[in-house]
Amino acid sequence: MSNIVIKVENISKQYRLGKVGTGSLAHDLNRTWHRLRGKEDPYLKIGVMNDRSFKGGSEYVWALQDINFDVKRGEVLGIIGRNGAGKSTLLKILSRTTTPTTGQIKIRGRIASLLEVGTGFHPDLSGRENIFLNGAILGMTKTEIKNKFDEIVDFAGVERYIDTPVKRYSSGMYVRLAFGVAAHLEPEILIVDEVLAVGDAEFQKKAIGKMKDVSDKEGRTVLFVSHNIAAIHTLTNRCLYLQNGKFVQIGNTDEIITLYQHSGNPETGNLLRYVKDTLNENKPIELLSSNVEVSDKSVAVSVHYIVRREVGSVVSIKIVNLQGIPIITLRDTDKDAESFSKSPGKYAVMFTVPLTSLAPNIFKITFSFSDMKSERFDYMEDLLSFTINEQKSNINATAARDGILNPQADFVSATQII
Amino acid sequence: MEQPLEKEHWDQIIEPRSKLLDLNFKEIWNYRDLLVLFVKRDFSAAYKQTVLGPLWHFIQPIFTTAMFLFIFRKVANIPTDDIDPIPFYMSGITIWNYFSNCLTATSSTFISNAGIFGKVYFPRLVLPLSTVASNIVKFGIQFLLLLSVLIFYAIRNHHFYFGPSWLLIPVLVIMMAGLGLGLGIIISSLTTKYRDFNVLIGFAVTLLMYATPVAYPLSYLKKKGYGAWVSWNPLSPILEAFRYAVFGKGSIDINGLLYSGTFIIIVVFIGMVIFSKVERTFMDTV
Repeated sequence: MSNIVIKVENISKQYRLGKVGTGSLAHDLNRTWHRLRGKEDPYLKIGVMNDRSFKGGSEYVWALQDINFDVKRGEVLGIIGRNGAGKSTLLKILSRTTTPTTGQIKIRGRIASLLEVGTGFHPDLSGRENIFLNGAILGMTKTEIKNKFDEIVDFAGVERYIDTPVKRYSSGMYVRLAFGVAAHLEPEILIVDEVLAVGDAEFQKKAIGKMKDVSDKEGRTVLFVSHNIAAIHTLTNRCLYLQNGKFVQIGNTDEIITLYQHSGNPETGNLLRYVKDTLNENKPIELLSSNVEVSDKSVAVSVHYIVRREVGSVVSIKIVNLQGIPIITLRDTDKDAESFSKSPGKYAVMFTVPLTSLAPNIFKITFSFSDMKSERFDYMEDLLSFTINEQKSNINATAARDGILNPQADFVSATQII
Repeated sequence: MEQPLEKEHWDQIIEPRSKLLDLNFKEIWNYRDLLVLFVKRDFSAAYKQTVLGPLWHFIQPIFTTAMFLFIFRKVANIPTDDIDPIPFYMSGITIWNYFSNCLTATSSTFISNAGIFGKVYFPRLVLPLSTVASNIVKFGIQFLLLLSVLIFYAIRNHHFYFGPSWLLIPVLVIMMAGLGLGLGIIISSLTTKYRDFNVLIGFAVTLLMYATPVAYPLSYLKKKGYGAWVSWNPLSPILEAFRYAVFGKGSIDINGLLYSGTFIIIVVFIGMVIFSKVERTFMDTV
């Protein structure tokens, strides 16, 4: 199993909450006292799960608890989880800026981290000086940086400003330069945390491309932490999902993302079905329940709603894919314009989208009830979601194929001309 | 702990607790380019957007010398061991400045570099070492000033001393560097969790200067019967030896220097132990 470059074994990290003062001094003394007698650290036992919304009894929390996983060579592993899940703590331990409380990590090769942009950039130094400084901080030697210098400047696109202090740079230029340096170092393992948030679309594309190159062509390993699900989706093939410092699942990116998004809407439970439990009697029109059914041929979305008084309303659904691109918006008035005026009662409407038109992806459905002028009676964004897997399309189109439409064999006709 | 198989080779294993002295000198050597760049950064960044630039290094000792000349010489009338007062004060200030700059700068290593340390790993010791190195540059500049003062007095007195004792100067500078570094990293390690020491260091250095023969000769204090008060101070023999080295006057206290040397080795060792312990987890407490 020499293919494994990172082996994480039982990693845990405990933090003490509250402030440093005489209390922590007392704890430190007690801890030293226990250690001198060869006993276990008394505060390791009382840690509690890291759930920030819940006021716990202990002032010690586990930011990470018993994490185990392996990363293979050349793999791009995404790490997802909500705020406070322990993603950054994990990366900090991996990049050796802090140590775990228990457990160990074995590593093959050099690790470079890009936890935040412009590590060690000095605002008063020029771009040129900072490239050298930053490169050296990240572990490059002077000759290595010299050889890569032109490439870095070119990648960052800041040639004109190279002798200007970086404090005069725009934030975008700053990030470009920082990412440029990091992307051109040649570590076996690159750690990237949320850097792509800044920078324009063109640069993000460039950065993602560079990271893909790094793993595909050069066989290096990338650990990528982001809240940007679309970026995770395009970049990674495997994903680690953490929740409140605990390991939830590791596996195929699509599966993990689905799992992650399921947990995002705890009130809906099943993403394919929604039933409203507490109704608001004041609303003239309100969603009661809805249901998605993905069959081999189509996606059927049924909507049940109640109308409490005479009202003019359009019932509509919007299907958006993971990347946030709207696929289609359908209205009940599309079929029958008369259905705009509604009298009190319970109604059902069914929208059916042929499956053949949708490329494999994860989709979210938004529901809206509105009079199309000023009033929006009920609106529920990204209420349901469903996945179309590769198997459901009739040709072997994978999610990696660009586009929102599903490619069909019928779309192509090829003949020999001569 | 499970024993890795023979064929399994790991370049690095991250574990919770370190050994007592967990210093990887080879790793520090691998990062020597970084050390040089930090020195360059300290130097060029400090004077960006200033008109006088490195000339500021001259101004501080000149004004301090003038102040000492007024207070200690004119007002208190303390003798300066047959040495012209201006070169006397300036020599003391030059070597003292090196020590105090090393100490104050390294004592804030963790706090002022928390930003970098929190994001990327490199041997932490590189930073205090680079501080000590970049202060050598400052020392060099101030030594040039001292040298020009010496030359000025040499022309005036038709006597210039330059002898084998000058060979002592680098040794004394290294001793000062060791002491500044050792004390500095101890304090910087302690301040990561408890900032109390940070407050202390500010005035402690100033007080320490008065307990060290910077503005007066040791012989004067001995004559007054307070010699014992200053002889515990490991800095005193170094300062006296520095004056001996530069002016060739007086005598050199070998025992005192041995005492200082031992003290420095102990301090540096303790500093390294504490530093290597703290550097691994300080991000959680800083």
